[in-house]
Amino acid sequence: MITQYVFYFLSFLAIMFGLMVVLSKNPIHSVLYLVLTFFAIAGHYVLLNAQFLAAVHIIVYAGAIMVLFLFVIMLLNLNKETEPHKNVWLKLSAAVASGLLLVVLVGSLKNAEMIAATNTFDPNVGLIENLGKTLFKEFLLPFEVASLLLLGAMVGAVLLGKKSIK
Amino acid sequence: MVFSTYIIYKAILVLAVFAITLLVATYSTYAERKIAAFLQDRIGPDRAGPFGILQPLADAVKMFMKEEMIPSVSNKWLFILGPSLAMLTACLTGVVIPWGKSLFIDGQEFSLQITDLNIGVLYLFSVVSMGVYGIMIGGWASNNKYSLLGGIRASSQMISYEVAMGLSIIALVMTTGTLSMKEIAAQQHGWHWNVLIQPLGCLIFIICAFAETNRAPFDLPECETELVGGYHTEYSSMKLGFFLFAEYINMFISSAVISTFYFGGYNMPFVGRWIHDPNMLAILGVVFLFVKISFFIFFFMWVRWTLPRFRYDQLMNLGWKILIPLSILNIVITGAWMMRGEIIQLFTK
Repeated sequence: MITQYVFYFLSFLAIMFGLMVVLSKNPIHSVLYLVLTFFAIAGHYVLLNAQFLAAVHIIVYAGAIMVLFLFVIMLLNLNKETEPHKNVWLKLSAAVASGLLLVVLVGSLKNAEMIAATNTFDPNVGLIENLGKTLFKEFLLPFEVASLLLLGAMVGAVLLGKKSIK
Repeated sequence: MVFSTYIIYKAILVLAVFAITLLVATYSTYAERKIAAFLQDRIGPDRAGPFGILQPLADAVKMFMKEEMIPSVSNKWLFILGPSLAMLTACLTGVVIPWGKSLFIDGQEFSLQITDLNIGVLYLFSVVSMGVYGIMIGGWASNNKYSLLGGIRASSQMISYEVAMGLSIIALVMTTGTLSMKEIAAQQHGWHWNVLIQPLGCLIFIICAFAETNRAPFDLPECETELVGGYHTEYSSMKLGFFLFAEYINMFISSAVISTFYFGGYNMPFVGRWIHDPNMLAILGVVFLFVKISFFIFFFMWVRWTLPRFRYDQLMNLGWKILIPLSILNIVITGAWMMRGEIIQLFTK
């Protein structure tokens, strides 16, 4: 029962902070609200007993990626004058596109209740031993391919970051 | 254990850890001045109380009494949030550190660790990675070029050294096979200290701990000769005090973590031969842990008053080009050693 209330509370926080990311005028405030959103989502992971995912979520997203975002935005020194002014048609088309997306989502979720879960929820699945075994036994190839992808992205970033290639 | 006693016991433990953390941090400021004086052949503070022992109290009163200034153009909420976050993240880390073995009173077990998360190491690491926000937000909200540069330096330095720190912990996790701090401490019973198993990892971890706490020779974020006061240039009164105090708490917690990870935690060899009462052993374990912590706090200060500050490019070179390759090498060597049987089999076939 109490977990249900915690779930609703965390969902409320996540949605509220998510909205604040979009609505706040100052980009620094947006980033800070996004960090809070990540914390709310990490709380959801803890509720699902996936502590490892929660910790990694905080370390990677809130601790590393968002710090870099903050870093870049602070250096750019964005303010009212430098903010690009978008044209009205662009705003209108964005509104129409997101409205269409909403319709599609509602349509696809209409019958979601009728689908029964094929895998029963195992409360221990998120614990680190089980996660490690699953990753290295069942999903070894995708896991290694993902690491190659990350390595490739890293090498690419270093290449792009270099001013001149000899 | 009855639920209510459990709650009361945990509340007392949390308060005790919090109070001890603050007390040690307070007296670290005194120790720092005394050690600096000793290394520079001076006397150091000696006016407040015998041997200047009341100096931290006098400093605290001074900090509270000073006029508090908030720059008129700065963002007020974020300006206040900065030092608060620095203090909060500094205090959060003590939760997973095993301060000693369990006490047994009336057949009930009282663990001297606030909570034993099965991802204790990762929890520690996530809190450390949060620590940078306080400095960054404070530096930005001051609306001062020096503060901003100090904050940005701090964040880039902490991100760079977090990578090497994480990689050195991975090698440790490989040999211990657990992420729980309690088990890591328990495994080092006798002479099985992790520093003997992971000497390179230990060295990298200690260097990174210096960088993460912004202590000399890595104190570039508050480098006086270039940046006035760094990220806390615009701060006054207790907000400045919080920033400075958070550094001492971080130093205490880092010393505790280094002792627990690599130097046996609460274990001390040979003690079990003479003392057999488990409660007595547990209490002695706490004492030994604090002896080790005191040594590492002294070590932090010793280094600060011995080595000059790095240049910024030297700092980045050390982090990215030396420590990270070394820690990856450490992981490879550890892995090869753990799989040595299989590797030898592969070549002898």
